[in-house]
Order: sequence, then structure tokens, then C-alpha cells
Amino acid sequence: MNVKYMFSLVAVLLLILLAYAGAEAAGMKTFFGIFIPYLAVAVFLIGFIWKVVGWARSPVPFRIPTTCGQQKSLPWMKYSYTDCPYTKTGVVLRMILEVTLFRSLFRNIKFEQHGDRLVYRWEKWLWVAALLFHYAFLVTVIRHLRFFAEPTPFFVQWLEGLDGFMQIGLPGLFLSGVVLAAAAIYLLLRRMLMSEMRYISLPSDYFPLFLIIAIAVSGIMMRYFTKVDVVAVKELTLGLVTFGPTIPEGVGGLFYVHMFLVSVLLIYFPFSKLMHLGGVFMSPTRNLPNNSRAVRHVNPWNYPVKVHTYEEYEDEFREKMIEAGLPVEKGA
Amino acid sequence: MSDLPKPEESLSNLDHEPPQTGWLDTPIDIRKGMYCYAANPKSQKYVGFPHAREWNPVEDDWKLPENWQEILHQGFKERLDRFRSVKIFMDTCVRCGACADKCHFFIGTGDPKNMPVLRAELLRSVYRNDFTLLGKILGKLNGARPMTENVLKEWWYYLFQCSECRRCSVFCPYGIDTAEITIFGRELLNLLGLNIDWIATPVANCYRTGNHLGIQPHAFKDMLDFFVDDIEEFVGVRVEPQYNKKGADILFITPSGDVFADPGTYTAMGYMLLFHYLKERYGFDITWSTYASEGGNFGFFTSHETMKRLNSKMYAEAKRLGVKWILGGECGHMWRVIHQYMDTMNGPTDFMETPVNPITGTVFENAKSTKMVHIMEFLADLIKHDKLELNPKRNDHLKVTFHDSCNPARGMGLLDEPRYVINNVCNNFYEMPANTIREQTFCCGSGSGLNAGEDMELRLMGSLPRANAVKYVHEKYGVNMLSCVCAIDRAALPAMTEYWTPEVDVTGVCELVANALVIPGEHDRPTDLRGEDLPGWEEPEREEKDAE
Repeated sequence: MNVKYMFSLVAVLLLILLAYAGAEAAGMKTFFGIFIPYLAVAVFLIGFIWKVVGWARSPVPFRIPTTCGQQKSLPWMKYSYTDCPYTKTGVVLRMILEVTLFRSLFRNIKFEQHGDRLVYRWEKWLWVAALLFHYAFLVTVIRHLRFFAEPTPFFVQWLEGLDGFMQIGLPGLFLSGVVLAAAAIYLLLRRMLMSEMRYISLPSDYFPLFLIIAIAVSGIMMRYFTKVDVVAVKELTLGLVTFGPTIPEGVGGLFYVHMFLVSVLLIYFPFSKLMHLGGVFMSPTRNLPNNSRAVRHVNPWNYPVKVHTYEEYEDEFREKMIEAGLPVEKGA
Repeated sequence: MSDLPKPEESLSNLDHEPPQTGWLDTPIDIRKGMYCYAANPKSQKYVGFPHAREWNPVEDDWKLPENWQEILHQGFKERLDRFRSVKIFMDTCVRCGACADKCHFFIGTGDPKNMPVLRAELLRSVYRNDFTLLGKILGKLNGARPMTENVLKEWWYYLFQCSECRRCSVFCPYGIDTAEITIFGRELLNLLGLNIDWIATPVANCYRTGNHLGIQPHAFKDMLDFFVDDIEEFVGVRVEPQYNKKGADILFITPSGDVFADPGTYTAMGYMLLFHYLKERYGFDITWSTYASEGGNFGFFTSHETMKRLNSKMYAEAKRLGVKWILGGECGHMWRVIHQYMDTMNGPTDFMETPVNPITGTVFENAKSTKMVHIMEFLADLIKHDKLELNPKRNDHLKVTFHDSCNPARGMGLLDEPRYVINNVCNNFYEMPANTIREQTFCCGSGSGLNAGEDMELRLMGSLPRANAVKYVHEKYGVNMLSCVCAIDRAALPAMTEYWTPEVDVTGVCELVANALVIPGEHDRPTDLRGEDLPGWEEPEREEKDAE
């Protein structure tokens, strides 16, 4: 047992209990169905913007890309267009690869010691799991737009078709939900079982994973097992986005748990590492071209400093310089 | 070095299993062999650094100023407002662990606080406590902790166990750069006078005399004159380097380490021979400077301000001498400073011209603003245009591999220029394994001002990944020469090879070039620039002459 993940696990369990008991036993459906979601969205939006603006307010005094390939120098020497970008287009491509394909993580290698040899093996599983996790999350979020628009937008229907192409069961199984839960569980087990990972992990690393797993599992249960009244749910969610919130009959406690956990995730988001969603776009080691010698970068707070001038230098060493036959400015 | 076990034992002793206690609860143990001596207060005072004093890292009392916590907090806050990098790197790490085993110091020491993620967490824990809401509410549960003397000591110990090599940053999905965090952390430590002497004294020297070693102008010339004699003996021509020459076309700046210690000295002789050749053949006009006689910049390892103060000499001297552009020698962090900082700090440079190679006419568009060209770019251009008469056979006794220096590799992208040059001056070139070269190269273990004597254990264990790759090509291909384009490498790698792979020697690329260069008026040249006989050289040479 490890106090760091136990703490996070207990926290998530308490949140589940709170929402279930609150909505079912205490009858606080308006609180959990209307007040908390509004609060969550407000905190998320304001917090996210506040954080990104906070970053943007600090300048980038130097152009410091990490160069991961050959620079552009001599005209006949082939340079790495995206890993060591020289142009804005190159930077945009580098960022697209980074954000959509996790380019840097794709390089990941694992160090191993085999007797007196150190070897480095391509380590793809973190990259695979991370990609699956994020794309499954994205698809799940887009799918949920069904609940916030009437009629359901065409691209949501199109995506649902793709997501449910396996046509297993009724209602049809969405791959994204299963993949999301599975990838999150993999990422969690990785943290819990690998000694290095366990060592560097904080409660704030376990908490979002438990939370997301609980969100995915509660969603899967509602869709496939308890068969929540989708029409009633949509009435509630549409009410929220049209600013005419209502609490329809026939929506069970599990739904309130699901919605509450999502709200917690939104509230937690801006104050946590989940802000890597915004940060990945703003990292100065990735989003700048490697052209600092060709195009001068300006530091807005560049200030004059005390320097040791040539005159001071010559004044100290003039005689020795003359003796050694070195040219001098004065008194030669 | 005598304190260290045999290399095989060091290897089998390696243990990467983290301790039972969490990192927040594992106390700091400042161990002999792993740290550098405290800065000499005289050096710190010379450049006006605050809180200069005698102190000793292994003593309990570091004689900190009374309000040290306030100074640090304030310093932290100011820098968050000045550097977006720091702010984002404090907030976005998800502790995915991709960086953990990328650090040569972690691989070599097994100390988990040398995982880049934890090195940064040492600072992040205080950041969370002082600047974030969740950290304030949840405290230690959220990995937050207040600044205490023990935390400060941990910062100091581990920020001087990072060589700012940026290897972790290549793998980080958010580009979090530990170099940036170390630079920032060391800048904070300097607010309390907590520098190491191997950095502080070179800084003071460089400020006063123009170079890290404190070589005064007449002595600098003396040392180069000594090489002039050596070259005359080994090559048979007398080169005439120019110093502080007003109106020269180009100013040449290289690290002073190459003027001072082997095998860097042979690289310096290589430059001199190359410039002599170009002058004889093409009327090339280049000058050395005694005022700007340092390419390296240990200010970079101190603070951004100190970096700027030392770097200012390059442009000041270029302006005073009225040169057209600057050529820079082989050096690692020097090139990071020139490539990514110089123009921003001390530019713009309207008094110079866009660099043009006077021999080939090539315009160095990539350096049109900073106006400084790397000698490897310059050489590759010359060779491509067939302007150098080269006889690579003279390097046939060498089986060469190339060590990419961290800063040119990951802070500039200088990867293929040196390879192109080497392949034109050597017939036997072998690459080390793919995951240990180019942007994935391993540090020599002594970068960022850590190449002192007292931290030899740290240096040797940090050099393990590099050495192990060298050993691999030594055993597989018989490689016996490790080439590099960095003066700290040339100072540090010989200690590494002596310990891990004694059969391999170290050289700068310009030494290889000069050995292959056919100099007008040279004699038989039975030796290389080190005065060592070229195996099997005499006979074929004589046969050719007989045939004539």
C-alpha cells in the first residue's frame, strides 16, 4: 500500500459517494445537476484562460529551441525541416507533430544494463498508451456533444458511426470509452508497479487517473448496464446549455455521479498538471525556429550591464602589451 | 581518481533501484567526490557578486544571509515574471517519466534525484508551496514543501550535478528543459553567494584578462608563440598569427582552454596551421584577440547577467578592430551562447557585415544577424569548394569516432558539418550507436563548469554512458581516437578514457584537419602535430619521391 495513491483513490471514492448520496438520499438534484456543472464550467474557463494569460504575460527573452536534428547552415547541407525548424512553417509542422502525434515521446528509449554494456531500447508503450488515452478522450468528448445540441451535429453522428463500427451489442459498443478506461488503467498500473515511476509520482498524479477511470466506468455502466434514460438526460443537459435548466424525472444517481466527477475534473483542471493541454503549445523549446543567428530575437527586458571595457583592460596591461609587441591604442 | 574502484566494479555496483524512503523524506548527503569546492570570495567580489564569503558545503553552517529565504522567494518571483520557460516548466510536468533514464548522471550514479524530473521537482516543490493554490492547501500531499536549509542544500548539490546538456529535453513531450531549470536555479543560488569555485574564478579571470585561465595579454601571445615553434619543428613552416590587428577581415575567437592544455593545444595548433595555409594560398586575413581571448562563457553557468557581461567582449572587440565578421572555434557551450543568446543580449551588430567566406564567396545566410560563423561551417564550405589540399592518408593510423557535444547538438543543430569535415580528412570513421550520438548524444559528464578535480567521481560516473559507447566502437571497429568539437570535452574526455577506455585518445577536429592539410613549403612531416611518429608514413613517402 502506498499512501500517495491510496489518498487519491479514497478521495475519488468519497466524491462518488458524495454525489450518489447527495442526489439520491438527500435529494440535492438541483445542486448536483445544475449548480455544480455551471460552477465547474465557469471555473474551468476562467481558470484555463487565467493560467494561459499568466504564462503569456511572462516574455520569452531568448530563442531557445531544443534542436533535434541538423541545423540549416550551408545551402547544400540537408537540414531537418521539422525537428530543427528554420522557418515558421517548419515550427508549425513541428508543433502539429508534437501535439497530434506526441513526436518527442515517440523517441522514447529505455536504458538497460546488460553486464558491462549499456543499451537503449525503443520504448513505444508509453507513447502508444498516451496516444490512445488522449484520442479516446477526445472522441468521447466529441461524442458527448450529442447531449448539448439538438439536432445532433452531423460530425458527431459520423464519429459515432466510426466509434461503434464493431457493432457489438445493443446499444452498440463505443470503442472510445473502453479504450479510454483501458489506457487510463495502463497508465495507472505503470505508475503503481514500476519502481522509478512510483518514486516520482505524487498524489496529484494518481488523482486525475482515478477520476478519469471512474468517469469512464460510470459512463460505461450507464450506457450498457443500467441503461440510463437518455431522453431525460438530454433534457437536462440541453437545459443547461440553453440556460433553462430543469431536473427531469427518471435520471438515476449514477448519472449524477458521472456528471459530478466530470465537474470535479473541470474544476481541478486549471490548478493542476492537466494544464499541459495549454502548456504544450507554449513551450519555448519547441515553438520557436532555430534561426537565432539569422534573425535577431529581442528580449523586452534586456538591460545594460557593467562590462570590463577594452580601455580598462589596456590601462591595466599596457606596458606588458607594448613589451610583448602587441598593438595598443594609447602611448605606443 | 585513486578513491574510485576499478571500472568493472563501478559498473557492477550500479544500482538504479530507488530507496525505500520517498524523495521528500530522503535527507541530503553531500558526498566527497561528488561536489565542487565553494567559490573563492575574492573572485566573487571582483565581479561584484552578493554575499561573497568563505563557506564549506560539508559544514552545517553555510553562513547564509539572515533574510535568505526572502531573497530566494523574491528572486524566484522575479524570474517567473521574466522567463516564460520557467513558468511553464514549473506548471506542465505530468511526471510521465520519459526523462528519467535519459540523464547521464542518473545512469552513472543511480541517484534518483539525478532523474531530470526529480531535479526539477526539487524546485517545483518550493514553487508549489510558495506560488500555487493547491500547494498551499494540500501541502506535502501535493508534493509541496517550504524552503528550508536542507532543501537549499539539496538544490545546491543537485543543481551542480546537472551539466545543462538538454538530453532530457529532447524526449520530454512538453519540451521541458532541465538546463533551463538548472540555469534558473543556479542564478537563484548566486543571489546567496552559493557558487562553486570552478565557475566563479574563471568568471572573474575572464572579466579581467579576457579568458578563463587569467592569462594576461603578453603571456597569451607567448603561449601561441610556443606553438609557432612546435609547428615549425613538426611541419617545417613558420606560421605568423596576428594579434589585436585593426582592420583585419575576420576576428577569431576560441576557448582559452585550447591554448593551455593538451590535447586542446593541438587543436589550437590546427587553427594556426589552417589560417597560415589560407593566408599563403588565398591571402586570408584573420586576427586573434587578447582582450576577447575566450570563447567559452562560464557566466552562462552563473546567471544571465554574468553571461552577458562576459560575452560583451566579442562584439566590443569586433567593433574596435573593425572586422567584417567573427569566426568561432570548437567549443560547446560557447556556441549555445553565441547561437541562442549573443545577438539578443549584445546585438544588434550593424558595424559588421553579413559573413561571406572570402575564399569561396559563400554567404553565410544563417549567420547574417549574429555575424559569427562556426569553424566547422567554414571548413565544410572550404572543403566542398575544394579549396583545401588534403591528404587523409596522414590520418590512416587513426580509427576515428565523433562525440557530438551537447550544446552544438541540442542548442544549435551542428551535426553534419563536423562529420563532413572528418570524412574528408580521415579514411576510417565509425559512428557510435545511434541512441548515443547526434541529438541523443551523451554529455562528457563535465559540462557546465563541473570539470574540476575534486568532483572526479561525479565526472567519471557521469561520463559512463559516453564511455560505454566509445568502448563499444573500440571493441567492434578498433576505434582509437575520439574526436570532438568542444574545449571542455578535450579537457574532460581524457580523464574519462583514462578510466574507462585507456586505449582511446582524444582530439579536436581541427587537429585532424591540420594533420591532413598539405601545407605549401612543408618538410617530410614524419610526425603529427603531437610530435608522434606517423606509423608507416616514411616509407611510402620516400617511394613516391623516388618515383619522381
